[in-house]
Amino acid sequence: MYTLATDEQRNVKRATRAAYGATLAELADAGMPVVAVDADLTGSTTTAKFAAAKPEYADRLFNCGIAEQNMTDVAAGLALTGHIAYTGSFAVFGTGRAYDQIRNTICYSNLNVKIAPTHAGISVGPDGGSHQMLEDISLMRGLPNMRVLVPADHAAARSAIMLAARNDGPFYVRLGRASVPAVYAEGAELEVGKAYVLREGADVTIVACGIEVNEALKAAEELASQGIEAEVIDAFSLKPLDGETILASAKKTGRVVVAEEHSVHGGLCSAVAELLVQQHPVPCRFVAVQDRFGKSGELGELLPYFGLDAASIVKAVGEVVA
Amino acid sequence: MGSLDMKRLALKANEMRADIVKMIAEAGSGHPGGSLSAIDIMTALYFGGVLEYDPAHPDDPGRDRFILAKGHAAPALYATLAHAGFIAREELATLRKPGSKLQGHPDSNLCPGVEVSTGSLGQGLSVAAGVAAGLRLDGAPGVVFTLLGDGECEEGQVWEAAMFAAHQRLGKLVAIVDENGLQIDGCTAEVCDPGDLAQKFAAFGWDVVTVEGHDLAALVQTLGEAKERAVASAGTATPRVVIARTVKGKGVSFMEGQAGWHGKAPDAEQTAAALAELEDQRKSIEEAN
Repeated sequence: MYTLATDEQRNVKRATRAAYGATLAELADAGMPVVAVDADLTGSTTTAKFAAAKPEYADRLFNCGIAEQNMTDVAAGLALTGHIAYTGSFAVFGTGRAYDQIRNTICYSNLNVKIAPTHAGISVGPDGGSHQMLEDISLMRGLPNMRVLVPADHAAARSAIMLAARNDGPFYVRLGRASVPAVYAEGAELEVGKAYVLREGADVTIVACGIEVNEALKAAEELASQGIEAEVIDAFSLKPLDGETILASAKKTGRVVVAEEHSVHGGLCSAVAELLVQQHPVPCRFVAVQDRFGKSGELGELLPYFGLDAASIVKAVGEVVA
Repeated sequence: MGSLDMKRLALKANEMRADIVKMIAEAGSGHPGGSLSAIDIMTALYFGGVLEYDPAHPDDPGRDRFILAKGHAAPALYATLAHAGFIAREELATLRKPGSKLQGHPDSNLCPGVEVSTGSLGQGLSVAAGVAAGLRLDGAPGVVFTLLGDGECEEGQVWEAAMFAAHQRLGKLVAIVDENGLQIDGCTAEVCDPGDLAQKFAAFGWDVVTVEGHDLAALVQTLGEAKERAVASAGTATPRVVIARTVKGKGVSFMEGQAGWHGKAPDAEQTAAALAELEDQRKSIEEAN
């Protein structure tokens, strides 16, 4: 259940990470046994807002210091005692540095841990390539028992954090640092395993996730002015992927462009390619980071630099709509 | 415990040693050295009145938890779980075989009584710390024990967890180190010396005790005291670590102190020799007063 953001709402930019601590508090208010662990980044991830929401929530946030491997397994232990455990830190450390903990303890044991670090992708900005995590979806998507949600905006992030609590087992929720325009009106309730057709069109399908959903919608506007009607799909649930919705659109348009703020290897591009190549091969183009590390800069500068802006999507569409 | 009880425990440990040798021989692979060094500790925990558990209700929220951080000692855990009634003893022969509950390293989704899957070293202490934090948060009665290897203490995450557990005063947590002095490539002191673990844990803010890891009476007393302290702490004391000095391969003379028996199955002849030796030990336990 959702409605798209109005033009006025779209102008209100919010970061997906801003939904984190507030939504944890909301879940705790609803009586869910939510706890969080973090690694000296409680302000940046906003888990501190959860701890500060009510005095009794202070004990439900465990600051593990700069020790992401321990943090991740402490979450596993908390889950073993019946808690719904959310992890913090930045995506580069929270998935990369703690990969073995996520793989061998959380996913292998199928524990109720929600990996939800923030600052994923190039939207970290000026901190540069060491902090711009572009392989996290690839790492998390490959793990058995793991489900992967990539919210496009603040409202979708709130929904993703709630879905992770309401469904038992490991989740990865990808959250970003930068403030981004609203795609959905606040209060949207999305579903695990669903993709959303946000704009209908018969000429080309654009499948996007995260902040690229907004770029895809902008690209569709531009394409419409050129007489090309693009169908825009928010893939939201990368795993399980909504193959039915994506296939139906690909069958209708016969051409697919995939856009993600992530490496072209192993993320949404790969997931859509795996689907289409087996069930309905059509010409495809991938708008993603091409096998390289990030660079310092503000998001507005980096999107065109890495070929992830709306103009890059328009260009990719031009290559399949010939 | 009285001398009769100690005799019962010694026989139990002896029987489980034979189980370990047999199941690894049957599997054709596995880790006898660290299983044999750990089995007296396991005996004291599960049969010496230390851990509260109910094999009919392995998920009882009031239970004590045990996490085998050194997951390669799975045969020791499986033998223990079989004798404790979590699994059938006949299942021990299925170790490492297709369709078995008894994976090469413990799988909590398959084997009842296994709290969490382990095998990647260095993680168990962190998981146990999380369990201790969770039990405290809920005011639950249980405590958590975890068994690490000394070689495992070369993993940096162990010290992240040690720092965290002391900082949080996770008094419901008891760590045991099976200090057998060997790892795959040789002596721990020669491979990459973990050093004085008692001093190291103390420096990290832990309460440290040491024990002779094959003295069942001492183990029952030391681990029992650690349990009492953990229960009495209401989860706010400093965590305790019990450094148990052990011999890798203990009980099978040709495996004792040999790094080569870390992860190797005995052949038929070696198995027969090992079982004969353990049978001799059983007889002397039976005959002792």
